[in-house]
Amino acid sequence: MASKKVNNVYISNYFSIAGPMEKRGTIKDYDLVMDDYYYNEKTFEQAEIKMQKTVIDNILLRSKILNSDIDYLISSDLSNQISTSSYAASYYNIPFLGLYSACAAFTEELIVASILAENKRKTNILCVTSSHNLHAEKQFRFPIEYGAPKPHTTTFTATGAISTLITRNPSNIKIEGFTIGKVVDMGIKDAKNMGAVMAPAAAKVIMDHLVDFERNIDYYDLILTGDLGEVGSKILKEYLKEAYNVKMKNHLDAGSELYLPNEETYAGASGPVALPLYLLNKVVKQKKYHKILIVGTGSLHNTLFVNQKMSIPAISHAVSLEVI
Amino acid sequence: MNKDEYQKLVKKLEPKEPKLRKALVAFLVGGLVSFIGEVIATILVTTFGMEKTIAYIWLCVLTIFIASLLTALRFFDNWVSKCGCGLIIPTTGFAHSMTSSALDVKNDGLITGLGSSFFKLAGSVLLYGVISGFFFGVLGVIFYG
Repeated sequence: MASKKVNNVYISNYFSIAGPMEKRGTIKDYDLVMDDYYYNEKTFEQAEIKMQKTVIDNILLRSKILNSDIDYLISSDLSNQISTSSYAASYYNIPFLGLYSACAAFTEELIVASILAENKRKTNILCVTSSHNLHAEKQFRFPIEYGAPKPHTTTFTATGAISTLITRNPSNIKIEGFTIGKVVDMGIKDAKNMGAVMAPAAAKVIMDHLVDFERNIDYYDLILTGDLGEVGSKILKEYLKEAYNVKMKNHLDAGSELYLPNEETYAGASGPVALPLYLLNKVVKQKKYHKILIVGTGSLHNTLFVNQKMSIPAISHAVSLEVI
Repeated sequence: MNKDEYQKLVKKLEPKEPKLRKALVAFLVGGLVSFIGEVIATILVTTFGMEKTIAYIWLCVLTIFIASLLTALRFFDNWVSKCGCGLIIPTTGFAHSMTSSALDVKNDGLITGLGSSFFKLAGSVLLYGVISGFFFGVLGVIFYG
């Protein structure tokens, strides 16, 4: 079955680093911020590796544990062959799983970590997610300094990395259950409108989750989607109404909330790091929402297939959290 | 909901792009670039006593140099994203496309990076420029001898 209840698995610690644009955004208390995109490295790619290393080193320090205490390292990023994660993992002697589901990565990591943790009495699992705006621009779009004009549906890849420690020791964030999503392709070919690509996948996993857990959409205080952006969020709401006859009121989108409105970030932030940055640095700290459904949304976009006029498939996974 | 219905829904909810405003900005900026070019060419002819054809070649080199320099100094991308084709269509855009590609791969090796990616964007302009140049040349011979 795609959905499963999880017993006694918790997010017990996290450490985040954010880029210069994110520093000016709505979240003021990142653990670390970078003043520039190079982070004292030679290239953006190497900067992202260093970001991942920073969040791993610091979460170990903060949790007062050693490398050898970690059972698994699960990492994800946007680079081709998830190279950033692999290079970062090579510095640590920890069994490593690299995952790719684009911007749905954080939820996929939590799902895999929950499954692994449930079979153990005591465990420490480290999940790392990162994205780097200029690394992603270079890989998926135009050269960085080209500055190609973009439509208002475009999203802006967030720069940051976050590590979370998953354990069986009770903490204020409990992973209560999850639903593994299905790949959905609604025929959208526009790589500049990722919100439209991902919205049906998000709707599908939300509905699957509610049906499997026999819950109503109002059961959750908050449904937090990853990076649909302003346009994608509108589409999701309308799509849920038209296709499933469900009215979603308790919704926020991490991507739409990350930056201030005066920044030139088009429809909002994207990237796998947007969801955990906003969830852990803002939503959890607010202590306003207790039952939260996080829905990572990933556009499984490959420039080669887009050039071949193929439509873009999307994936979305849902994780139910209980926050005290 | 099937794919067609969904695509209609997306079309309905997508924000409309201000095409007219963008076209007007591109027209005015493009015109301004050409105007500045003409002024420089006139100065080259009157002050430096150059022949008109030579002056235009110098102007072309100068435009490419200025655009590349501004790209390298990291100004030009902000202007391009605001002015669109006003800066992309003139030679400034051609130079900018090559410089920005080069900056992207400056650490990826001289052959595997710089050499192979230099014309990533400009390659299409060159290829189709040469092809259309050939066909217009043929047409020119047919009609004007």
